[in-house]
Amino acid sequence: MKALVWHGKEDIRCDTVTDPEIQDPRDAIIKVTSCAICGSDLHLFHNFIPGMMPGDIMGHETMGEVVEVGCGVDSKLKKGDRIVVPFTIICGECDQCKRGNFSVCETTNRKKHLADKVFGHSTAGLFGYTHLTGGYPGGQAEYLRVPFADATHIKVPAGIPDEQLLFLSDIFPTGWQAAVQCDIVPTDTVAIWGCGPVGQMAIRSAILLGANQVIAIDCLPERLSMAEAAGATTINFENESVLERLKELTDGKGPEKCIDCVGMESHVSASWPDTLLDRAKQMVMLESDRPHVLREMIYVCRPGGIISVPGVYSGFSDKLPMGAFMNKGLTMRTGQTHVNRWTDDLLRRIEQGEIDPSFVITHTVPLEQGPEMYQMFRDKRDSCVKVVLKP
Amino acid sequence: MFHFSNIVRSKGDPKIVEGGPSLKQPPDQLARALGWLGIGLGITEFLAPRRVTEALGMEGRETLVRAFGLREILAGVMSLSVDRNAGLWARVGGDGLDAAALLSGLTSDNPKKGNIALALLMVGGIAMLDYRAAQDTKPRRPPPNARRKLYPNRSGFPKGVQAAKGRAKEMIQHKTAGVTS
Ligand SMILES: NC(=O)c1ccc[n+]([C@@H]2O[C@H](COP(=O)([O-])OP(=O)(O)OC[C@H]3O[C@@H](n4cnc5c(N)ncnc54)[C@H](O)[C@@H]3O)[C@@H](O)[C@H]2O)c1
Ligand SMILES: [Zn+2]
Ligand SMILES: [Zn+2]
Repeated sequence: MKALVWHGKEDIRCDTVTDPEIQDPRDAIIKVTSCAICGSDLHLFHNFIPGMMPGDIMGHETMGEVVEVGCGVDSKLKKGDRIVVPFTIICGECDQCKRGNFSVCETTNRKKHLADKVFGHSTAGLFGYTHLTGGYPGGQAEYLRVPFADATHIKVPAGIPDEQLLFLSDIFPTGWQAAVQCDIVPTDTVAIWGCGPVGQMAIRSAILLGANQVIAIDCLPERLSMAEAAGATTINFENESVLERLKELTDGKGPEKCIDCVGMESHVSASWPDTLLDRAKQMVMLESDRPHVLREMIYVCRPGGIISVPGVYSGFSDKLPMGAFMNKGLTMRTGQTHVNRWTDDLLRRIEQGEIDPSFVITHTVPLEQGPEMYQMFRDKRDSCVKVVLKP
Repeated sequence: MFHFSNIVRSKGDPKIVEGGPSLKQPPDQLARALGWLGIGLGITEFLAPRRVTEALGMEGRETLVRAFGLREILAGVMSLSVDRNAGLWARVGGDGLDAAALLSGLTSDNPKKGNIALALLMVGGIAMLDYRAAQDTKPRRPPPNARRKLYPNRSGFPKGVQAAKGRAKEMIQHKTAGVTS
Protein backbone atom coordinates (compact mmCIF):
# COMPACT_ATOMS: atom_id res chain seq x y z
CA MET A 1 0.00 0.00 0.00
CA LYS A 2 0.98 3.67 -0.22
CA ALA A 3 1.87 5.51 2.97
CA LEU A 4 3.55 8.75 4.04
CA VAL A 5 6.81 7.71 5.63
CA TRP A 6 9.21 9.73 7.80
CA HIS A 7 12.81 9.57 6.58
CA GLY A 8 14.36 12.38 8.60
CA LYS A 9 14.06 16.08 9.21
CA GLU A 10 11.81 17.66 6.55
CA ASP A 11 11.89 14.45 4.57
CA ILE A 12 8.53 12.72 4.29
CA ARG A 13 7.98 10.50 1.27
CA CYS A 14 5.09 8.62 -0.21
CA ASP A 15 6.50 5.08 -0.18
CA THR A 16 5.08 1.70 -1.06
CA VAL A 17 5.00 -0.44 2.07
CA THR A 18 3.66 -3.86 3.01
CA ASP A 19 0.02 -3.97 4.09
CA PRO A 20 -0.64 -4.10 7.83
CA GLU A 21 -1.67 -7.43 9.31
CA ILE A 22 -3.70 -8.42 12.32
CA GLN A 23 -1.10 -8.94 15.07
CA ASP A 24 -3.34 -9.38 18.07
CA PRO A 25 -6.89 -10.68 18.56
CA ARG A 26 -8.01 -7.18 19.57
CA ASP A 27 -6.80 -5.61 16.30
CA ALA A 28 -8.86 -4.41 13.39
CA ILE A 29 -7.75 -3.17 10.01
CA ILE A 30 -9.45 -0.29 8.25
CA LYS A 31 -9.36 0.89 4.69
CA VAL A 32 -8.66 4.59 5.10
CA THR A 33 -11.14 6.88 3.35
CA SER A 34 -9.78 10.20 4.66
CA CYS A 35 -6.87 11.36 6.78
CA ALA A 36 -5.41 14.74 7.69
CA ILE A 37 -2.15 16.49 8.50
CA CYS A 38 -2.03 17.96 12.01
CA GLY A 39 0.05 20.76 13.53
CA SER A 40 1.52 18.05 15.75
CA ASP A 41 2.86 16.35 12.62
CA LEU A 42 4.85 19.51 11.92
CA HIS A 43 6.80 19.03 15.16
CA LEU A 44 7.83 15.62 13.79
CA PHE A 45 8.48 17.04 10.32
CA HIS A 46 10.97 19.39 12.00
CA ASN A 47 12.35 16.57 14.12
CA PHE A 48 11.71 18.58 17.27
CA ILE A 49 10.29 15.63 19.15
CA PRO A 50 12.80 12.85 19.75
CA GLY A 51 11.95 9.25 19.07
CA MET A 52 11.17 9.06 15.34
CA MET A 53 12.93 6.47 13.22
CA PRO A 54 13.32 6.40 9.44
CA GLY A 55 10.58 4.20 8.08
CA ASP A 56 7.89 5.33 10.57
CA ILE A 57 4.49 5.93 8.99
CA MET A 58 2.98 9.34 9.83
CA GLY A 59 -0.57 10.32 10.69
CA HIS A 60 -3.02 10.26 13.57
CA GLU A 61 -6.20 11.79 12.15
CA THR A 62 -7.81 8.98 10.21
CA MET A 63 -11.15 7.41 9.40
CA GLY A 64 -12.31 4.59 7.23
CA GLU A 65 -14.12 1.32 6.84
CA VAL A 66 -13.35 -1.80 8.84
CA VAL A 67 -12.14 -4.54 6.50
CA GLU A 68 -10.83 -7.12 8.95
CA VAL A 69 -11.25 -7.79 12.66
CA GLY A 70 -9.34 -9.99 15.07
CA CYS A 71 -11.17 -12.73 16.97
CA GLY A 72 -10.96 -10.74 20.24
CA VAL A 73 -12.86 -7.71 19.04
CA ASP A 74 -16.17 -9.47 19.74
CA SER A 75 -19.28 -7.76 18.60
CA LYS A 76 -17.96 -4.28 19.27
CA LEU A 77 -16.84 -3.85 15.70
CA LYS A 78 -17.53 -5.74 12.52
CA LYS A 79 -16.48 -5.72 8.92
CA GLY A 80 -18.09 -2.86 7.04
CA ASP A 81 -18.44 -0.55 10.07
CA ARG A 82 -17.52 3.05 9.44
CA ILE A 83 -15.22 4.41 12.13
CA VAL A 84 -13.18 7.45 13.04
CA VAL A 85 -9.95 6.45 14.77
CA PRO A 86 -9.05 8.49 17.88
CA PHE A 87 -5.37 9.40 17.91
CA THR A 88 -4.98 7.94 21.40
CA ILE A 89 -4.97 4.15 21.52
CA ILE A 90 -6.99 3.01 24.52
CA CYS A 91 -7.66 -0.29 26.27
CA GLY A 92 -10.89 0.79 27.93
CA GLU A 93 -10.12 -1.33 31.00
CA CYS A 94 -7.25 0.15 33.00
CA ASP A 95 -7.70 2.53 35.95
CA GLN A 96 -7.07 5.59 33.80
CA CYS A 97 -9.41 4.51 31.00
CA LYS A 98 -12.13 3.83 33.55
CA ARG A 99 -11.77 7.41 34.78
CA GLY A 100 -11.92 8.73 31.24
CA ASN A 101 -8.25 9.74 31.28
CA PHE A 102 -7.78 8.01 27.97
CA SER A 103 -4.62 9.77 26.81
CA VAL A 104 -2.78 8.32 29.77
CA CYS A 105 -4.05 4.77 29.29
CA GLU A 106 -1.71 2.45 31.18
CA THR A 107 -1.85 -0.45 28.76
CA THR A 108 -1.46 0.59 25.17
CA ASN A 109 2.07 1.99 24.95
CA ARG A 110 4.04 -1.01 23.72
CA LYS A 111 7.35 0.78 24.44
CA LYS A 112 6.52 1.64 28.03
CA HIS A 113 10.11 1.33 29.24
CA LEU A 114 11.10 4.30 27.04
CA ALA A 115 8.32 6.57 28.25
CA ASP A 116 8.81 5.48 31.87
CA LYS A 117 12.39 6.68 31.67
CA VAL A 118 11.70 9.97 29.87
CA PHE A 119 8.44 11.12 31.48
CA GLY A 120 8.47 9.16 34.73
CA HIS A 121 5.38 7.27 33.57
CA SER A 122 4.22 5.87 30.32
CA THR A 123 1.23 7.44 28.57
CA ALA A 124 -1.14 6.00 25.99
CA GLY A 125 0.06 4.61 22.69
CA LEU A 126 -0.46 7.10 19.86
CA PHE A 127 -0.67 6.52 16.12
CA GLY A 128 2.30 7.75 14.11
CA TYR A 129 3.82 9.72 16.94
CA THR A 130 7.34 8.56 17.89
CA HIS A 131 8.56 5.49 19.69
CA LEU A 132 8.01 7.20 23.05
CA THR A 133 4.32 6.57 22.53
CA GLY A 134 4.62 3.08 21.14
CA GLY A 135 5.99 3.59 17.65
CA TYR A 136 2.65 2.59 16.12
CA PRO A 137 2.39 3.04 12.34
CA GLY A 138 0.18 6.03 11.55
CA GLY A 139 -2.87 6.55 9.40
CA GLN A 140 -1.60 8.64 6.49
CA ALA A 141 -1.81 5.45 4.49
CA GLU A 142 -4.24 3.31 2.54
CA TYR A 143 -4.77 0.87 5.39
CA LEU A 144 -4.33 1.16 9.14
CA ARG A 145 -4.08 -1.47 11.82
CA VAL A 146 -6.05 -0.29 14.84
CA PRO A 147 -4.77 -1.98 18.01
CA PHE A 148 -7.24 -2.46 20.89
CA ALA A 149 -9.86 -1.79 18.24
CA ASP A 150 -12.73 -2.92 20.47
CA ALA A 151 -12.15 0.28 22.49
CA THR A 152 -10.15 2.47 20.11
CA HIS A 153 -12.82 3.66 17.72
CA ILE A 154 -15.67 6.09 17.26
CA LYS A 155 -18.49 4.52 15.30
CA VAL A 156 -20.08 7.00 12.93
CA PRO A 157 -23.29 6.76 10.94
CA ALA A 158 -23.57 6.70 7.16
CA GLY A 159 -24.99 9.77 5.49
CA ILE A 160 -22.64 12.38 6.96
CA PRO A 161 -19.61 13.12 4.76
CA ASP A 162 -16.10 12.23 5.97
CA GLU A 163 -15.15 15.89 6.10
CA GLN A 164 -17.61 16.59 8.92
CA LEU A 165 -16.56 13.58 10.98
CA LEU A 166 -12.83 13.19 10.43
CA PHE A 167 -11.81 15.76 13.04
CA LEU A 168 -13.47 13.79 15.83
CA SER A 169 -10.16 11.92 15.71
CA ASP A 170 -8.20 14.80 17.19
CA ILE A 171 -8.56 18.54 16.63
CA PHE A 172 -12.27 18.94 17.43
CA PRO A 173 -12.13 17.15 20.80
CA THR A 174 -8.75 18.83 21.38
CA GLY A 175 -10.20 22.32 20.97
CA TRP A 176 -13.21 21.21 23.01
CA GLN A 177 -11.17 19.79 25.88
CA ALA A 178 -9.06 22.95 25.87
CA ALA A 179 -12.22 25.02 26.37
CA VAL A 180 -13.85 22.64 28.87
CA GLN A 181 -10.68 22.77 30.97
CA CYS A 182 -11.27 26.51 31.33
CA ASP A 183 -14.48 26.02 33.35
CA ILE A 184 -16.06 28.78 31.28
CA VAL A 185 -18.73 30.92 32.94
CA PRO A 186 -20.94 33.37 31.00
CA THR A 187 -18.96 36.45 32.03
CA ASP A 188 -15.60 35.07 30.90
CA THR A 189 -13.22 36.43 28.33
CA VAL A 190 -11.31 33.54 26.76
CA ALA A 191 -8.09 34.47 24.95
CA ILE A 192 -6.78 31.93 22.47
CA TRP A 193 -3.21 32.01 21.14
CA GLY A 194 -2.81 30.42 17.72
CA CYS A 195 -5.52 30.24 15.04
CA GLY A 196 -4.36 27.01 13.43
CA PRO A 197 -6.86 24.15 13.20
CA VAL A 198 -6.71 23.52 16.96
CA GLY A 199 -7.17 27.21 17.76
CA GLN A 200 -10.14 27.37 15.36
CA MET A 201 -11.81 24.43 17.13
CA ALA A 202 -11.07 25.97 20.54
CA ILE A 203 -12.70 29.24 19.43
CA ARG A 204 -15.90 27.44 18.35
CA SER A 205 -15.89 25.36 21.52
CA ALA A 206 -15.49 28.41 23.79
CA ILE A 207 -18.47 29.96 22.03
CA LEU A 208 -20.58 26.80 22.33
CA LEU A 209 -19.66 26.67 26.03
CA GLY A 210 -21.01 30.19 26.49
CA ALA A 211 -17.98 32.49 26.81
CA ASN A 212 -18.88 36.17 26.85
CA GLN A 213 -15.96 37.21 24.68
CA VAL A 214 -13.47 35.16 22.66
CA ILE A 215 -10.20 36.79 21.59
CA ALA A 216 -8.04 35.08 18.96
CA ILE A 217 -4.34 35.84 18.49
CA ASP A 218 -2.20 35.03 15.43
CA CYS A 219 -0.37 36.84 12.63
CA LEU A 220 -1.87 35.16 9.56
CA PRO A 221 -4.72 37.19 8.02
CA GLU A 222 -6.46 34.14 6.55
CA ARG A 223 -6.58 32.38 9.91
CA LEU A 224 -7.65 35.54 11.72
CA SER A 225 -10.45 36.00 9.19
CA MET A 226 -11.62 32.46 9.92
CA ALA A 227 -11.57 33.23 13.66
CA GLU A 228 -13.59 36.38 13.08
CA ALA A 229 -16.12 34.41 11.08
CA ALA A 230 -17.05 32.57 14.28
CA GLY A 231 -17.47 35.79 16.22
CA ALA A 232 -14.03 36.11 17.80
CA THR A 233 -12.28 39.44 18.29
CA THR A 234 -8.84 39.18 16.73
CA ILE A 235 -5.35 40.45 17.53
CA ASN A 236 -2.65 40.37 14.86
CA PHE A 237 0.56 40.26 16.85
CA GLU A 238 2.54 41.58 13.93
CA ASN A 239 0.66 44.88 13.95
CA GLU A 240 -0.31 45.38 17.59
CA SER A 241 0.86 44.57 21.08
CA VAL A 242 -0.86 41.46 22.43
CA LEU A 243 -0.52 42.57 26.05
CA GLU A 244 -1.91 46.04 25.46
CA ARG A 245 -4.81 44.89 23.32
CA LEU A 246 -5.79 42.17 25.78
CA LYS A 247 -5.83 44.71 28.61
CA GLU A 248 -7.88 47.11 26.51
CA LEU A 249 -10.43 44.43 25.68
CA THR A 250 -10.84 43.44 29.34
CA ASP A 251 -11.02 46.84 31.05
CA GLY A 252 -7.42 46.55 32.11
CA LYS A 253 -7.99 43.31 34.01
CA GLY A 254 -6.73 40.64 31.62
CA PRO A 255 -8.63 37.59 30.34
CA GLU A 256 -9.88 35.12 32.93
CA LYS A 257 -9.10 32.17 30.71
CA CYS A 258 -6.15 31.65 28.36
CA ILE A 259 -5.65 28.82 25.87
CA ASP A 260 -2.31 27.97 24.22
CA CYS A 261 -3.00 26.49 20.78
CA VAL A 262 0.55 27.13 19.60
CA GLY A 263 2.84 24.84 21.55
CA MET A 264 6.58 24.37 21.41
CA GLU A 265 7.23 26.11 18.09
CA SER A 266 6.19 29.68 18.78
CA HIS A 267 6.83 32.21 16.09
CA VAL A 268 10.34 33.67 16.43
CA SER A 269 10.57 37.43 16.14
CA ALA A 270 13.15 40.11 16.78
CA SER A 271 10.50 42.02 18.72
CA TRP A 272 10.34 39.13 21.22
CA PRO A 273 13.97 38.63 22.36
CA ASP A 274 13.00 35.59 24.44
CA THR A 275 12.06 33.72 21.26
CA LEU A 276 15.47 34.41 19.70
CA LEU A 277 17.18 33.07 22.78
CA ASP A 278 14.91 30.01 22.86
CA ARG A 279 15.61 29.30 19.20
CA ALA A 280 19.37 29.57 19.74
CA LYS A 281 19.21 27.28 22.76
CA GLN A 282 17.03 24.81 20.84
CA MET A 283 19.68 24.54 18.14
CA VAL A 284 22.41 23.57 20.55
CA MET A 285 20.03 21.35 22.51
CA LEU A 286 20.00 23.42 25.69
CA GLU A 287 16.21 23.74 25.55
CA SER A 288 13.62 21.71 23.68
CA ASP A 289 10.67 24.11 23.55
CA ARG A 290 10.01 27.76 22.76
CA PRO A 291 7.47 28.62 25.45
CA HIS A 292 6.87 32.26 24.53
CA VAL A 293 3.10 31.81 24.63
CA LEU A 294 3.18 30.24 28.09
CA ARG A 295 5.19 33.20 29.38
CA GLU A 296 2.80 35.68 27.80
CA MET A 297 -0.28 33.89 29.15
CA ILE A 298 1.04 33.75 32.69
CA TYR A 299 1.84 37.45 32.51
CA VAL A 300 -1.48 38.60 31.12
CA CYS A 301 -3.96 36.15 32.68
CA ARG A 302 -6.20 37.63 35.36
CA PRO A 303 -5.25 36.51 38.90
CA GLY A 304 -7.15 33.40 39.87
CA GLY A 305 -7.55 32.52 36.19
CA ILE A 306 -7.03 29.32 34.25
CA ILE A 307 -4.43 28.52 31.64
CA SER A 308 -5.29 25.65 29.33
CA VAL A 309 -2.55 24.14 27.20
CA PRO A 310 -3.48 21.84 24.33
CA GLY A 311 -0.33 23.01 22.46
CA VAL A 312 2.30 20.30 22.51
CA TYR A 313 5.52 20.69 24.52
CA SER A 314 8.14 18.01 24.25
CA GLY A 315 10.81 18.40 26.90
CA PHE A 316 12.29 21.29 28.81
CA SER A 317 11.21 24.93 28.84
CA ASP A 318 13.29 27.73 30.35
CA LYS A 319 12.44 31.00 32.04
CA LEU A 320 8.85 30.25 32.91
CA PRO A 321 7.70 33.02 35.28
CA MET A 322 6.78 30.75 38.17
CA GLY A 323 6.75 33.74 40.52
CA ALA A 324 3.88 35.33 38.64
CA PHE A 325 2.18 31.97 38.16
CA MET A 326 2.26 31.19 41.88
CA ASN A 327 1.50 34.63 43.27
CA LYS A 328 -1.39 35.20 40.87
CA GLY A 329 -2.87 31.89 41.93
CA LEU A 330 -3.26 30.58 38.41
CA THR A 331 -4.27 27.07 37.46
CA MET A 332 -2.78 25.23 34.49
CA ARG A 333 -4.49 22.32 32.77
CA THR A 334 -2.99 20.45 29.89
CA GLY A 335 -2.59 17.05 28.25
CA GLN A 336 -2.99 15.06 25.12
CA THR A 337 -6.70 14.88 24.46
CA HIS A 338 -8.88 12.22 26.08
CA VAL A 339 -10.60 11.91 22.71
CA ASN A 340 -13.27 9.31 23.54
CA ARG A 341 -14.34 11.24 26.65
CA TRP A 342 -15.91 13.88 24.40
CA THR A 343 -16.80 12.26 21.10
CA ASP A 344 -20.33 11.02 21.88
CA ASP A 345 -21.39 14.57 22.75
CA LEU A 346 -19.51 16.10 19.82
CA LEU A 347 -20.88 13.61 17.31
CA ARG A 348 -24.38 14.46 18.50
CA ARG A 349 -23.67 18.16 18.02
CA ILE A 350 -22.50 17.50 14.48
CA GLU A 351 -25.58 15.40 13.73
CA GLN A 352 -27.84 18.12 15.07
CA GLY A 353 -26.18 20.74 12.91
CA GLU A 354 -24.87 22.75 15.83
CA ILE A 355 -21.41 22.71 14.34
CA ASP A 356 -19.79 21.56 11.11
CA PRO A 357 -16.05 21.06 11.64
CA SER A 358 -15.37 20.84 7.90
CA PHE A 359 -15.18 24.66 7.80
CA VAL A 360 -11.47 24.39 8.58
CA ILE A 361 -10.50 22.37 5.47
CA THR A 362 -8.77 24.45 2.83
CA HIS A 363 -7.05 21.74 0.79
CA THR A 364 -8.13 18.23 -0.21
CA VAL A 365 -5.63 16.24 -2.28
CA PRO A 366 -4.65 12.64 -3.05
CA LEU A 367 -2.37 10.92 -0.51
CA GLU A 368 0.51 10.91 -3.01
CA GLN A 369 0.70 14.69 -2.74
CA GLY A 370 1.15 14.46 1.03
CA PRO A 371 4.86 15.34 1.09
CA GLU A 372 4.26 18.61 -0.80
CA MET A 373 1.33 19.39 1.47
CA TYR A 374 3.51 19.06 4.56
CA GLN A 375 5.67 21.82 3.12
CA MET A 376 2.72 23.96 2.12
CA PHE A 377 1.02 23.62 5.54
CA ARG A 378 4.30 24.38 7.29
CA ASP A 379 5.04 27.42 5.12
CA LYS A 380 1.43 28.64 5.33
CA ARG A 381 1.37 28.98 1.55
CA ASP A 382 -1.83 29.35 -0.46
CA SER A 383 -3.71 30.40 2.71
CA CYS A 384 -3.55 26.79 3.88
CA VAL A 385 -5.25 26.01 7.17
CA LYS A 386 -6.05 22.29 7.09
CA VAL A 387 -5.13 19.58 4.62
CA VAL A 388 -7.20 16.44 4.07
CA LEU A 389 -5.61 13.55 2.17
CA LYS A 390 -7.55 10.98 0.19
CA PRO A 391 -5.83 7.61 -0.26
CA MET B 1 18.76 0.67 1.28
CA PHE B 2 15.80 0.45 3.65
CA HIS B 3 17.27 -2.64 5.22
CA PHE B 4 18.00 -1.09 8.61
CA SER B 5 14.70 0.65 9.09
CA ASN B 6 12.97 -2.58 8.08
CA ILE B 7 14.85 -4.81 10.54
CA VAL B 8 13.98 -2.67 13.54
CA ARG B 9 10.25 -2.63 12.71
CA SER B 10 8.06 -4.59 15.08
CA LYS B 11 6.98 -7.85 13.54
CA GLY B 12 3.88 -7.38 11.42
CA ASP B 13 4.25 -3.58 11.05
CA PRO B 14 4.42 -2.32 7.45
CA LYS B 15 7.88 -2.34 5.90
CA ILE B 16 9.11 -0.27 2.98
CA VAL B 17 8.99 -2.13 -0.31
CA GLU B 18 9.69 0.71 -2.68
CA GLY B 19 10.78 4.22 -1.75
CA GLY B 20 8.98 7.28 -3.12
CA PRO B 21 10.73 10.47 -4.23
CA SER B 22 12.26 12.77 -1.61
CA LEU B 23 11.55 16.48 -1.68
CA LYS B 24 15.11 17.24 -0.58
CA GLN B 25 16.76 19.40 -3.23
CA PRO B 26 20.46 19.63 -4.15
CA PRO B 27 20.75 23.03 -2.36
CA ASP B 28 19.54 21.32 0.83
CA GLN B 29 22.34 18.80 0.47
CA LEU B 30 24.85 21.58 -0.21
CA ALA B 31 23.66 23.39 2.92
CA ARG B 32 24.17 20.20 4.89
CA ALA B 33 27.68 19.70 3.56
CA LEU B 34 28.60 23.30 4.32
CA GLY B 35 27.14 22.99 7.81
CA TRP B 36 29.29 19.96 8.60
CA LEU B 37 32.33 21.56 7.00
CA GLY B 38 31.85 24.60 9.26
CA ILE B 39 31.50 22.44 12.36
CA GLY B 40 34.66 20.49 11.48
CA LEU B 41 36.65 23.61 10.76
CA GLY B 42 35.27 25.32 13.85
CA ILE B 43 36.28 22.47 16.12
CA THR B 44 39.83 22.55 14.72
CA GLU B 45 40.05 26.31 15.22
CA PHE B 46 38.64 26.06 18.70
CA LEU B 47 40.78 23.18 19.93
CA ALA B 48 44.04 23.82 18.05
CA PRO B 49 44.24 27.58 17.44
CA ARG B 50 48.01 27.49 17.70
CA ARG B 51 48.30 25.14 14.70
CA VAL B 52 46.26 27.58 12.69
CA THR B 53 48.15 30.73 13.65
CA GLU B 54 51.48 29.01 13.07
CA ALA B 55 50.50 27.88 9.62
CA LEU B 56 49.47 31.45 8.78
CA GLY B 57 52.40 33.16 10.46
CA MET B 58 49.95 35.01 12.68
CA GLU B 59 51.14 33.89 16.12
CA GLY B 60 49.52 35.73 19.01
CA ARG B 61 46.04 35.79 17.45
CA GLU B 62 44.93 32.49 19.07
CA THR B 63 42.03 34.05 20.97
CA LEU B 64 40.60 35.45 17.77
CA VAL B 65 40.95 32.07 16.06
CA ARG B 66 39.14 30.41 18.98
CA ALA B 67 36.31 32.93 18.77
CA PHE B 68 36.07 32.35 15.02
CA GLY B 69 35.98 28.62 15.70
CA LEU B 70 33.00 29.06 17.99
CA ARG B 71 31.30 31.21 15.38
CA GLU B 72 31.91 28.55 12.70
CA ILE B 73 30.39 25.86 14.93
CA LEU B 74 27.28 27.89 15.72
CA ALA B 75 26.69 28.91 12.10
CA GLY B 76 27.27 25.27 11.10
CA VAL B 77 24.71 23.99 13.59
CA MET B 78 22.25 26.58 12.33
CA SER B 79 22.86 25.51 8.72
CA LEU B 80 21.90 21.95 9.67
CA SER B 81 18.67 23.06 11.39
CA VAL B 82 15.28 23.97 9.93
CA ASP B 83 16.54 27.56 9.91
CA ARG B 84 19.31 26.61 7.50
CA ASN B 85 18.83 29.77 5.48
CA ALA B 86 19.69 32.00 8.45
CA GLY B 87 22.66 29.72 9.16
CA LEU B 88 23.93 30.08 5.60
CA TRP B 89 23.67 33.85 5.72
CA ALA B 90 25.53 33.79 9.01
CA ARG B 91 28.22 31.77 7.22
CA VAL B 92 28.40 34.33 4.40
CA GLY B 93 28.95 37.06 7.01
CA GLY B 94 31.54 34.87 8.72
CA ASP B 95 33.39 34.39 5.44
CA GLY B 96 33.73 38.17 5.28
CA LEU B 97 35.22 38.27 8.78
CA ASP B 98 37.60 35.43 7.89
CA ALA B 99 38.78 37.26 4.80
CA ALA B 100 39.30 40.51 6.72
CA ALA B 101 41.35 38.73 9.40
CA LEU B 102 43.44 36.95 6.78
CA LEU B 103 44.06 40.17 4.87
CA SER B 104 45.32 41.81 8.05
CA GLY B 105 47.99 39.11 8.24
CA LEU B 106 49.08 39.55 4.65
CA THR B 107 52.06 41.79 5.40
CA SER B 108 55.30 41.82 3.43
CA ASP B 109 57.31 40.57 6.42
CA ASN B 110 55.11 37.52 7.00
CA PRO B 111 57.09 34.44 5.93
CA LYS B 112 53.83 32.45 5.54
CA LYS B 113 52.25 34.87 3.04
CA GLY B 114 51.85 32.00 0.63
CA ASN B 115 49.65 30.09 3.06
CA ILE B 116 47.55 33.15 3.70
CA ALA B 117 47.01 33.62 0.00
CA LEU B 118 45.93 30.00 -0.25
CA ALA B 119 43.59 30.37 2.71
CA LEU B 120 42.09 33.49 1.14
CA LEU B 121 41.45 31.56 -2.03
CA MET B 122 39.74 28.83 -0.07
CA VAL B 123 37.60 31.29 1.89
CA GLY B 124 36.61 32.93 -1.39
CA GLY B 125 35.54 29.60 -2.87
CA ILE B 126 33.56 28.60 0.20
CA ALA B 127 31.97 32.05 0.37
CA MET B 128 30.70 31.56 -3.16
CA LEU B 129 29.15 28.21 -2.22
CA ASP B 130 27.67 29.68 0.96
CA TYR B 131 26.13 32.50 -1.02
CA ARG B 132 24.74 30.13 -3.65
CA ALA B 133 23.24 27.86 -1.01
CA ALA B 134 21.77 30.81 0.89
CA GLN B 135 20.15 32.11 -2.30
CA ASP B 136 18.76 28.67 -3.19
CA THR B 137 17.28 27.80 0.20
CA LYS B 138 15.24 30.96 0.71
CA PRO B 139 12.25 30.18 2.96
CA ARG B 140 9.13 29.67 0.87
CA ARG B 141 6.80 31.44 3.25
CA PRO B 142 4.71 34.01 1.44
CA PRO B 143 5.89 37.58 2.13
CA PRO B 144 3.78 39.54 4.65
CA ASN B 145 2.23 41.62 1.88
CA ALA B 146 1.31 38.63 -0.32
CA ARG B 147 -2.30 38.40 -1.42
CA ARG B 148 -4.17 35.88 0.65
CA LYS B 149 -7.51 34.16 0.48
CA LEU B 150 -9.64 35.16 3.45
CA TYR B 151 -12.36 33.03 5.02
CA PRO B 152 -14.98 35.44 6.36
CA ASN B 153 -17.82 32.98 5.69
CA ARG B 154 -16.42 29.96 7.42
CA SER B 155 -18.08 30.24 10.82
CA GLY B 156 -18.45 26.49 11.24
CA PHE B 157 -21.92 27.09 12.69
CA PRO B 158 -24.47 25.94 10.10
CA LYS B 159 -27.20 27.90 11.87
CA GLY B 160 -25.08 31.01 12.28
CA VAL B 161 -23.01 32.53 15.07
CA GLN B 162 -25.99 34.08 16.85
CA ALA B 163 -27.81 30.76 16.98
CA ALA B 164 -24.69 29.09 18.40
CA LYS B 165 -24.41 31.73 21.10
CA GLY B 166 -28.11 31.48 21.87
CA ARG B 167 -27.87 27.73 22.15
CA ALA B 168 -24.94 28.08 24.57
CA LYS B 169 -27.03 30.41 26.76
CA GLU B 170 -29.90 27.93 26.72
CA MET B 171 -27.61 25.10 27.76
CA ILE B 172 -26.21 27.13 30.65
CA GLN B 173 -29.67 28.12 31.85
CA HIS B 174 -30.76 24.53 31.56
CA LYS B 175 -27.79 23.41 33.64
CA THR B 176 -28.23 26.01 36.39
CA ALA B 177 -31.95 25.29 36.51
CA GLY B 178 -31.10 21.63 36.91
CA VAL B 179 -28.89 22.42 39.89
CA THR B 180 -31.42 24.61 41.76
CA SER B 181 -34.51 22.52 41.24
N1 LIG C 1 -3.16 18.25 23.12
C1 LIG C 1 -3.44 17.55 22.02
O1 LIG C 1 -3.96 16.46 22.13
C2 LIG C 1 -3.17 18.13 20.69
C3 LIG C 1 -3.85 17.67 19.57
C4 LIG C 1 -3.62 18.26 18.33
C5 LIG C 1 -2.70 19.29 18.22
N2 LIG C 1 -2.03 19.72 19.32
C6 LIG C 1 -1.06 20.81 19.27
O2 LIG C 1 -1.73 22.05 19.13
C7 LIG C 1 -0.85 22.99 18.52
C8 LIG C 1 -1.53 23.69 17.37
O3 LIG C 1 -1.87 22.77 16.36
P1 LIG C 1 -2.38 23.28 14.94
O4 LIG C 1 -2.74 22.08 14.14
O5 LIG C 1 -3.41 24.31 15.11
O6 LIG C 1 -0.98 23.86 14.38
P2 LIG C 1 -0.59 25.08 13.42
O7 LIG C 1 0.88 25.04 13.36
O8 LIG C 1 -1.36 25.04 12.18
O9 LIG C 1 -1.05 26.38 14.23
C9 LIG C 1 -0.27 27.12 15.09
C10 LIG C 1 -0.65 28.59 14.92
O10 LIG C 1 -0.03 29.35 15.95
C11 LIG C 1 0.38 30.59 15.41
N3 LIG C 1 1.41 31.13 16.29
C12 LIG C 1 2.73 30.87 16.31
N4 LIG C 1 3.34 31.56 17.27
C13 LIG C 1 2.39 32.30 17.89
C14 LIG C 1 2.41 33.23 18.96
N5 LIG C 1 3.54 33.52 19.60
N6 LIG C 1 1.24 33.81 19.34
C15 LIG C 1 0.08 33.51 18.70
N7 LIG C 1 0.01 32.64 17.66
C16 LIG C 1 1.16 32.04 17.27
C17 LIG C 1 0.83 30.23 14.02
O11 LIG C 1 0.82 31.37 13.16
C18 LIG C 1 -0.20 29.19 13.60
O12 LIG C 1 -1.30 29.75 12.94
C19 LIG C 1 0.39 22.20 18.12
O13 LIG C 1 1.39 22.34 19.11
C20 LIG C 1 -0.11 20.79 18.12
O14 LIG C 1 0.93 19.87 18.33
C21 LIG C 1 -2.27 19.15 20.54
ZN1 LIG D 1 -2.98 15.97 16.05
ZN1 LIG E 1 -6.42 1.91 29.33
